[in-house]
Amino acid sequence: MPYETAYTNQGFNLVGSRVNRPDGIDKVTGRAKYGADVNAAGQLVAKVLRSPHAHALIKKIDTSKAAKLPGVKAIVTGDDFPDHTGGNRSMMDILENCMARGRALYDGHAVAAVAAIDGETADKALKLIKVTYKKLPHVTDVDAAMAEGAPIIHDWVRTAGVQPAPTTASNVAQRSEFGHGDVEAGFAQADIVVEKTFKTEQTHQGYIEPHACLAQLGPDGSGELWVTTQGHFTFRNVCSTLLGLDVAKLKVTSSEIGGGFGGKTHVWTEPVALQLSRKANRPVKLVMTRDEVFRASGPTSSTSIDVKIGAKKNGRITAATAELRYQSGAFPGMWAMFGAMTSFACYDLKNVKSVGYDVLVNRPKVAAYRAPSAPMAAFGVESVMDMLAAELGMDAVEFRIKNAAKKGTKASYGPIYGPIGIGPTLQAVKDHPHMKRRLGKNQGRGMACGFWFNFGGQTCTDLNIGVDGSVNLTVGTVDVGGSRASLALIAAEELGIDYDQVRVTIGDTNSLGHNDTTEGSRGTFSSGMATIFAARNAIEVLKQRAAATWDIPVDQVVWEAGEARAKGKQNSNLPPLTLKEIAAKSPRTGGPIAGHNEVVADGAGVSFASHLVDVEVDPETGSTRVLRYTVIQDAGKAIHPDYVEGQFQGGAAQGIGWALNEEYIYGDDGCLQNPGFLDYRIPVCSDLPFIDTQILEIPNPNHPYGVRGVGETSIVPPLAAIGNAVSNAVGVRMNHVPMSPPRILKAIEDAAG
Amino acid sequence: MRFESPTTTKAAVSLLAAEKGVSHVLAGGTDLLVRMKMGAIEPDLVVDVKRIDTMAALTVAASGVHIGGAVPAAELGESEKLRTLWPGVVEAANLIGSDQIQGRCTVVGNLCNASPAADSVPALIAAGAKALVIGPNGKRRVSVDKIVLGPGRTSLGHGEFIEAIVLPARAPKSGDAYLRFTPRTEMDIAVVSAAVNLTLARGVVKTAKVVLGAVAPTAISVPAAARALIGTKLDDAALEKMAKACRAACNPIDDKRGTVEYRTKVAGVLGRRAALLAFERAGGRK
Amino acid sequence: MNGVTVSTTVNGDAVQFVCPPSESLLDVLRNRLNLTGVKEGCGTGDCGACSITLDGRLVCACLVLGAEAEGREVGTVEGMSENGELHPLQVQFIENAALQCGICTPGFLVAAKALLERNPNPTEEEIRYGLAGNLCRCTGYDKIVRAVQAAAKIMRKGRKS
Repeated sequence: MPYETAYTNQGFNLVGSRVNRPDGIDKVTGRAKYGADVNAAGQLVAKVLRSPHAHALIKKIDTSKAAKLPGVKAIVTGDDFPDHTGGNRSMMDILENCMARGRALYDGHAVAAVAAIDGETADKALKLIKVTYKKLPHVTDVDAAMAEGAPIIHDWVRTAGVQPAPTTASNVAQRSEFGHGDVEAGFAQADIVVEKTFKTEQTHQGYIEPHACLAQLGPDGSGELWVTTQGHFTFRNVCSTLLGLDVAKLKVTSSEIGGGFGGKTHVWTEPVALQLSRKANRPVKLVMTRDEVFRASGPTSSTSIDVKIGAKKNGRITAATAELRYQSGAFPGMWAMFGAMTSFACYDLKNVKSVGYDVLVNRPKVAAYRAPSAPMAAFGVESVMDMLAAELGMDAVEFRIKNAAKKGTKASYGPIYGPIGIGPTLQAVKDHPHMKRRLGKNQGRGMACGFWFNFGGQTCTDLNIGVDGSVNLTVGTVDVGGSRASLALIAAEELGIDYDQVRVTIGDTNSLGHNDTTEGSRGTFSSGMATIFAARNAIEVLKQRAAATWDIPVDQVVWEAGEARAKGKQNSNLPPLTLKEIAAKSPRTGGPIAGHNEVVADGAGVSFASHLVDVEVDPETGSTRVLRYTVIQDAGKAIHPDYVEGQFQGGAAQGIGWALNEEYIYGDDGCLQNPGFLDYRIPVCSDLPFIDTQILEIPNPNHPYGVRGVGETSIVPPLAAIGNAVSNAVGVRMNHVPMSPPRILKAIEDAAG
Repeated sequence: MRFESPTTTKAAVSLLAAEKGVSHVLAGGTDLLVRMKMGAIEPDLVVDVKRIDTMAALTVAASGVHIGGAVPAAELGESEKLRTLWPGVVEAANLIGSDQIQGRCTVVGNLCNASPAADSVPALIAAGAKALVIGPNGKRRVSVDKIVLGPGRTSLGHGEFIEAIVLPARAPKSGDAYLRFTPRTEMDIAVVSAAVNLTLARGVVKTAKVVLGAVAPTAISVPAAARALIGTKLDDAALEKMAKACRAACNPIDDKRGTVEYRTKVAGVLGRRAALLAFERAGGRK
Repeated sequence: MNGVTVSTTVNGDAVQFVCPPSESLLDVLRNRLNLTGVKEGCGTGDCGACSITLDGRLVCACLVLGAEAEGREVGTVEGMSENGELHPLQVQFIENAALQCGICTPGFLVAAKALLERNPNPTEEEIRYGLAGNLCRCTGYDKIVRAVQAAAKIMRKGRKS
């Protein structure tokens, strides 16, 4: 039976409270089991040999010496992965990324793998594998890859989204365009037009836990995979497809996950570990080193972006355009499309056009990174918004308020908005005490807005009531940052029981129906919705059992405050039956009591945020210190405010790192020069101030509690907010992220002449 | 690989001297183990010197300071007396890595790793520190600036290692300072660094030593920068002259951590700031 | 393998193990002694996830050889709770929601404990610099710093009484 998804303005007893997370003790005592924390009897250790070249033909791989090394049990190369994809190009891309097929496409691309009795032996074996390469010309810069005469990464790629369809190969995999109105006419009406080009460098999600898995695949094609992932069901489907297995025969269990931020939505080494296991017929453990994580998993795009916005003197924007060039690594992606869709989503625009180009280069396959592609687009757009406000002589916040999207606005990427939070977050910025803090010498203030779509997707949950009335909730979304607590709160709220009566388990792929990957800020939104419905499903059963116990029709039973109550005068002699009492009798009233729900959780409410930041720049060294930071975001409804704030703060911190210091640095040889935490500089504790947060709650009309996803939007504004703050501090417009000390110092000096 | 942990320097010397393959001394291990992990080196012998009493000893007096080769940098920071006598040396040593690294890393290891960006080295050179080298041919006392020959290369012979670093007697009215530039506030490698050690007489700088790090293949002394300070109270003209001398002495490279242009510019800035700090610590008043 | 036999003390208990001389103490703790609360984030001393104490000093287990542990005292997150009671830092990390994914948490707890033993009343800045060797990618450190402040306060009170 479908349940009503619409928002109802109900009161809450538990939702919104700051309870302790149920997995807290496991995680503070070291008991929680992450990807690399389990072992199996007879397990082998796998290591991967990776290309030292940016682009090279693999002429020959000689594994004979390695195979003879005592203790080596299996070796695989591209030849060990027959094509089971049935012509599905994107699946083949995933397979080719996991293991090169005749050509190494980037520094770090896997070319062979070994499973041996221990790590030492596996390392020795890797050194004995002889690969004969023929180096090919390479390109790592997005603009260079689009230029005439650039080395072509794949000769089969024809630019999609262009009419007529091209007949020659290109590094531009896809062109995507969004918008409406007539931008030329719009610019003609403008009194002032500002146009600027921006660059952002490639960053990594930087999760502290490297990719890790323990794989077992038998000769009968059935197997198990323990893995750190954001989506074990998706991993199951992808691995099954790539290896030619029945989906039902591969059981995938998600370990505790040590951070993902999008980077663990994709398979990297898991099919390799499974194939090694099949070949050796023994369990295989494969843990990436940090160096491998940087070189061969999950970075986001580097970009080059042109933004043009025109406005009337009264501050009304008449037209806006953006051209966004995003590199997607060595395989096509959808990253430029997301950039083009999100660029102008915060504003109410009559004439708007954004065009994205998805570009291939010799870098690792780009993966999702928290609100993928939106931060770079926002850097360009929100910088130009500030420049335009300055030209107009308007306050930057007022200018944005004047042009903010609202209910009924046609979004630049197509849909008509329902109730949304951009206006309220801007108003909150204006009213925030942070705005009144005085700035000192060399200090600057900046603000910026951000948008993310959010996602719902396929979700399936089970809720089982024990004989003592305690509850097991099993969900299929991974707990990336405290969602067990939120989901337990929801289940307890619905059932009317105590929070600590509910235990939440992340079910493996054999215990639940398919759940989409925990991405798109969907964990609490979609599993929350399915939990509400599973609880309501269980309540139906509880009511039936009560009715049977009382021997009255079920329509005379209501569920209130954790107990069944018999309605009507005729039933006034029937004392309520608590959940506990009904559960205790369940063996004799029909057996176990359970609730279940499967749903495609549509209607994830769009999310908006406005960030405000003060910085101080040392004009002699170009060093930037973040003094104050405030995040204001619409959460729809904050189920557990601590973890909502945590998402706001974490996203802001990642954005601060990206804005100031984080970047992939490639040498002329096309090799990554900084694949480690020493030179890939994510913020340390002493780099940051406390990050102030303000949660706004503008209910999502498509969720019973009004929940919107909160995980991603917080990384969207920081690049631009800090860019605006630094530009205000030094009096020079910054247009290249990260705004590292050398770049800032150079900008100051160039401006001084 | 063999692992040995002798309890005397003599035993350590014979182990190292007898080894035909690749041997390494293990003090804090914060560089050695990283290089092993990266596969950059595959030692046949590792000699842990932390169980040698004399190498684990730190003695601090105004007449001189003895820093054993196995003393973790954290211990230097815990000595109030050392912080008072040689604040620049201590802050340089304490800037090497995190608290976790501090619990292990040593100034001798920092020196012998021979990185142009080593934090403690400019401060040690500015302080006039000597290295007590021990080896198969006995002991020798070498100025710290003679140890590093270039990136990853030292003047130590086969079987030789540094038993301790010795700082000279501290003259009254002296002060030292070390500043480095890093993009992060912690957990970073110096892009540029500057150490200044000076002594005052009647309120003006009488002697000075200026050393820059990460702007050349080794840490470099800049006598011209020191001369610019001598005889002054660090007036603006003296400081500008000093900064200019620092910039002129730079011979850096472009790499992932910084550009030639940036390093050169900031060397002058840090030199000037370190001089002011050392001057203030020596009791100087402008 | 020319294994070395090592006798040491881990979390107060006498322990003996054999390992190759080049094996890190981190690998020994995780793979030989099953103390998987000690995490590996980088293996090069840059993330602090493997923070432990060695004779009372905070170190990264990845930068210590297993062989060096002979006769020393090793402390890991698994030894933080005493007599079945969580350490105040452990309690405050939960209370203050100072963890999201939790992978960095054991390292932070061990480092914060070492910090508070050295400095029972640290300023915010001292906490931030004292924990700069521990990377967290989820929280932006805000709630971690607050949890350490809260635990420090509780521990100071406990000391007085």
